[in-house]
Amino acid sequence: MDTEIRFPGLLRGVSAVIHRDLLLAWKRPGDVLNPLFFFAMVSSLFPLAIGPNAEQLQIIGPGVTWVAALLASLLALNSLFLNDFEDGSLEQLILSPQPLPLMVLAKTAAHWLATGLPLVLVSPIIALSYQLQPEVIRIMVITLLPGTISLSLLGSIGAALTVGLSRGNALLSLLILPLAMPVLIFGARTVSLAATGEATAGGIYFLAGYCMLALTLAPFATAAAIRISNE
Amino acid sequence: MTELLSGKDLTLIRGDRCLFQGLEFALDSGELLFVEGVNGSGKTSLLRSIAGLLDFDCGLIQWQGLDVGKDPQRFRASLAWFAHRIGFKGDLTAAQNLDFESGLRSFRSDDFDAALDRVGVSAGSALPVRSLSAGQQRRVGLARLILADAPLWLMDEPFTNLDKDGQALVRQLVNEHLAAGGVCAMASHQTVSIDAPTQRIVL
Repeated sequence: MDTEIRFPGLLRGVSAVIHRDLLLAWKRPGDVLNPLFFFAMVSSLFPLAIGPNAEQLQIIGPGVTWVAALLASLLALNSLFLNDFEDGSLEQLILSPQPLPLMVLAKTAAHWLATGLPLVLVSPIIALSYQLQPEVIRIMVITLLPGTISLSLLGSIGAALTVGLSRGNALLSLLILPLAMPVLIFGARTVSLAATGEATAGGIYFLAGYCMLALTLAPFATAAAIRISNE
Repeated sequence: MTELLSGKDLTLIRGDRCLFQGLEFALDSGELLFVEGVNGSGKTSLLRSIAGLLDFDCGLIQWQGLDVGKDPQRFRASLAWFAHRIGFKGDLTAAQNLDFESGLRSFRSDDFDAALDRVGVSAGSALPVRSLSAGQQRRVGLARLILADAPLWLMDEPFTNLDKDGQALVRQLVNEHLAAGGVCAMASHQTVSIDAPTQRIVL
């Protein structure tokens, strides 16, 4: 009886998952682009509806952009495990010798790279339509970075819990929103503070801390939820 | 010498129905566990529970004499799963899918073309798995079994969607696997002849 467990190694598994999921996102750009279009449309329609008053736009800009980013993240989450569940590759993932929390972390990372990061990257263009100052735009990008990562991680728990349900999308939003509230409050508020020239470090530290908490706890919760959903 | 795979006092209850109770089996290397039963009798549930996707209400599975619950990673490294849903990405080619799999579990060889040739799917094909027929997709699933370095094969209805040649291929692959010292648990509603020591469970 051999004592060593034969499997390709953690790093190999993580890179295989990320590589495959990014390749799939590339082959199926619709899943990735929909949330991005949603984000761009919602947040750029507000200035058109409200009018060109710069002062007013600068006040609502951070909040509206953050809400749009949160909703776009939720919209993107549904696809995180659904396809894998339907074609059986989630089963194969569970039954592989690779540790499941690490594999779902890799899947979430690929998901964030495909949906969250583009959102952060286009946010400066959106911010321009609210006539935000360059310094405020910088803070917006800095807060959206840990913010969207947290949302992807928290969302992965909800996506894993609802993957077996036929209409899990509404439930998913309900499950995730309470956990996402701190991210929204601190994210939007920090950008608003930057607009009035006040200190922003506290909010950024909170978001970074929250992101770290999600990074350490969410993969285990998600892995457990996936096992339950696959019963 | 202990058995490779054994189940003791297995009981599974789904809803208010008892699917099986006090089920026992013990497989040595080279032996086949054949689970028969009509639709809905719990064949799939039994296989899923052996794999660890479902929890038994009572009883335990031992692999190489050790309780699988104590070291699930070791058990998962030893098993290959072949079920209704193949677990391949429709948008990727067969070779790309197998390449991904080789990152998850250890493979005997990385000669995907040879394995695909063996199961009768044209190797080096640039077609995504989605555009293959259902039977061909099952055959790509068989290629994973050949490649995986796993002594335990768990096969749920392996003959579904396969033509006569494909069914013969499954029998041949299982025979070779058992002859090489592996074990296999197979659930099917049709009776098949496999010339290896077989334990039958009728649900």
